[in-house]
Amino acid sequence: MSGAGIAFEREGATSGFRWPFASWWGTGLVGAAVWLGVAAVTVLWREVIPLPYGDVFAWICAGVAAVLLVGAVTGAPGPIGQRLRNAGPWAIALGLFLGLWEIVTAKTGRLPLPFFPSPQALVEVYVDDWPRLLDSLAASGWLLVRGFAFGALAGFSIGLAMGWWRRAGYWIHPVLRLIGPVPATAWLPIIFFVFPTSASASVFVIALASAFPVAVLTWSGIASVNRDYYDIARTLGASERFLILKVAVPAALPHLFVGLFMGLGSSFAVLVVAEMLGVKSGLGWYLSWAQGWGAYANLYAALLVMALACSTLITVLFRARDRLLSWQKGMVRW
Amino acid sequence: MVAAAALRIPEAEAAAGFRVDIRDVSHRFVLDGKPLPVLDQVGFSVKPGSFTALIGPSGCGKSTLLRLLAGLDHPTDGQVLVDGVPVGRPDPSRILVFQDPTLFPWRSVRDNVALGPEARGTAKAAGGRIDEVIRTVGLDGFASAYPHQLSGGMAQRVSLARALVNDPQLLLLDEPLGKLDSLTRLAMQEELVAIWRRTGLTALLVTHDVEEALFLSQRVIVFGPRPARIVATIDVDLPYPRHRGDPRLAELRREALGHLGLAESW
Ligand SMILES: Nc1ncnc2c1ncn2[C@@H]1O[C@H](COP(=O)(O)OP(=O)(O)O)[C@@H](O)[C@H]1O
Ligand SMILES: [Mg+2]
Repeated sequence: MSGAGIAFEREGATSGFRWPFASWWGTGLVGAAVWLGVAAVTVLWREVIPLPYGDVFAWICAGVAAVLLVGAVTGAPGPIGQRLRNAGPWAIALGLFLGLWEIVTAKTGRLPLPFFPSPQALVEVYVDDWPRLLDSLAASGWLLVRGFAFGALAGFSIGLAMGWWRRAGYWIHPVLRLIGPVPATAWLPIIFFVFPTSASASVFVIALASAFPVAVLTWSGIASVNRDYYDIARTLGASERFLILKVAVPAALPHLFVGLFMGLGSSFAVLVVAEMLGVKSGLGWYLSWAQGWGAYANLYAALLVMALACSTLITVLFRARDRLLSWQKGMVRW
Repeated sequence: MVAAAALRIPEAEAAAGFRVDIRDVSHRFVLDGKPLPVLDQVGFSVKPGSFTALIGPSGCGKSTLLRLLAGLDHPTDGQVLVDGVPVGRPDPSRILVFQDPTLFPWRSVRDNVALGPEARGTAKAAGGRIDEVIRTVGLDGFASAYPHQLSGGMAQRVSLARALVNDPQLLLLDEPLGKLDSLTRLAMQEELVAIWRRTGLTALLVTHDVEEALFLSQRVIVFGPRPARIVATIDVDLPYPRHRGDPRLAELRREALGHLGLAESW
């Protein structure tokens, strides 16, 4: 035991020569090389059809390469360095992907043009059309937040009422069973007709889509609460209000969050349709506009923004869950 | 300590325990549309501040009797009187401790213990008392832990503290040590006696362990199979603190097992 330890130490000591780059971060170095390569390919290789903004794209790639290089040389210390290290392999993969994309589009034209724009075409969209993209993003966000907030609140109230009061369950359950499974978008023609403005109609449709899963899961969450919790709370002097707010709701919270995730997912789907058919603004509208004009670079650019935005919202919801359900063991981290 | 004095009158520091009278209580459940008689004309009384154990075959209706006393169910026939008054709604002066600790997993140890005061809106005023009870059950240092971070014995202590913090005058214990390992169990038995003697509450303990019943209680009531009737009452005329090796306990144990129809296995 101790002998092995000594042997190991001696071995460490005998290699008195220190490799000068031992503290470097190798993956970062490779990543920097890849991204620098992408920049070089973009600038040096002649395009099939000359394109603007190649230099901007190359500079962006060079910037990423610089960050990786700094990380590589310093050994990426500290918490930020740790995050960079985590992202290292992905940085390499993403760089390779971008390089390949650049080559098969702009440089060789292997992929047919209107449908497969080059990376610099996307850069062009972001540089030239950002005010409109930002506007669309804001419009979509505001619509979604309102619709989802109303839907989640309504779904939660409905589920709670169904789970708690027998009478409420009797009346709501059949309605929910009949209406719930219908895709919310199927109601669009009626809803646009009934509501005064297409904005309020769109909010309603999103609310409708998110309310159903939230209601069902809140309901099942309340129904599956261990009855002993109520008995215990009652012997300790709990009022009905306390039983609902401090026993039933917290106990049902894990279910409720599943419902919220499902509701948020379906509200994304409905948002795009509502924007295309109704409000005629927002990212969904931008998408259908871009498609109508065959502006595929704009299409991809908007899709990317949308993906990032949706992912951010899901992340926010996960953070809220992690905070509120920190008492659960074995939780999946987002 | 004078043994004779310790036998009947524990040094009460809180309010004295409740008197309990069970008068001709019968109870039926409905199972698959058929009536299921569970208690059959059960009657006994318990003195204020005494420690009584209930034993009997599994499924005979012991838990049901405790639920009637807690006010969580109401008897089909007969009267359940606590302190001379028929039991109505559940009340924090009569608290039931379950076999499973059934802690609220989203609440820390302290918040679990604070449940009763919080439900009655007195959590602020009871702050010091809550910490004191957590210390009593030996969980200081774990106040902010969550239930999933506790061992079975610790969880059961929290469940006990959650009851004690309300200063109940009747403590109903439904096999509270049933799932603990034997060492923890022995330690908790001693603690139960200590708590009972210090507070002067009336304790009613359901257990399937004859030794536990004899070691802890002043009187053991033996039930027959469902529907439960009382088949015997054994007075344990031994002072506290007791010794597990006491030959009198062995004698009483033989007697109790005989009433349970298990004499041969001894
Ligand atoms: N809520 C209920 N509905 C129907 N039957 C019940 C209910 N609670 C208990 N029982 C039945 O009553 C009998 C006695 O149960 P219990 O009092 O829990 O027995 P134990 O003496 O083991 O504690 C069992 O047969 C059980 O199945
Ligand atoms: Mg039982």
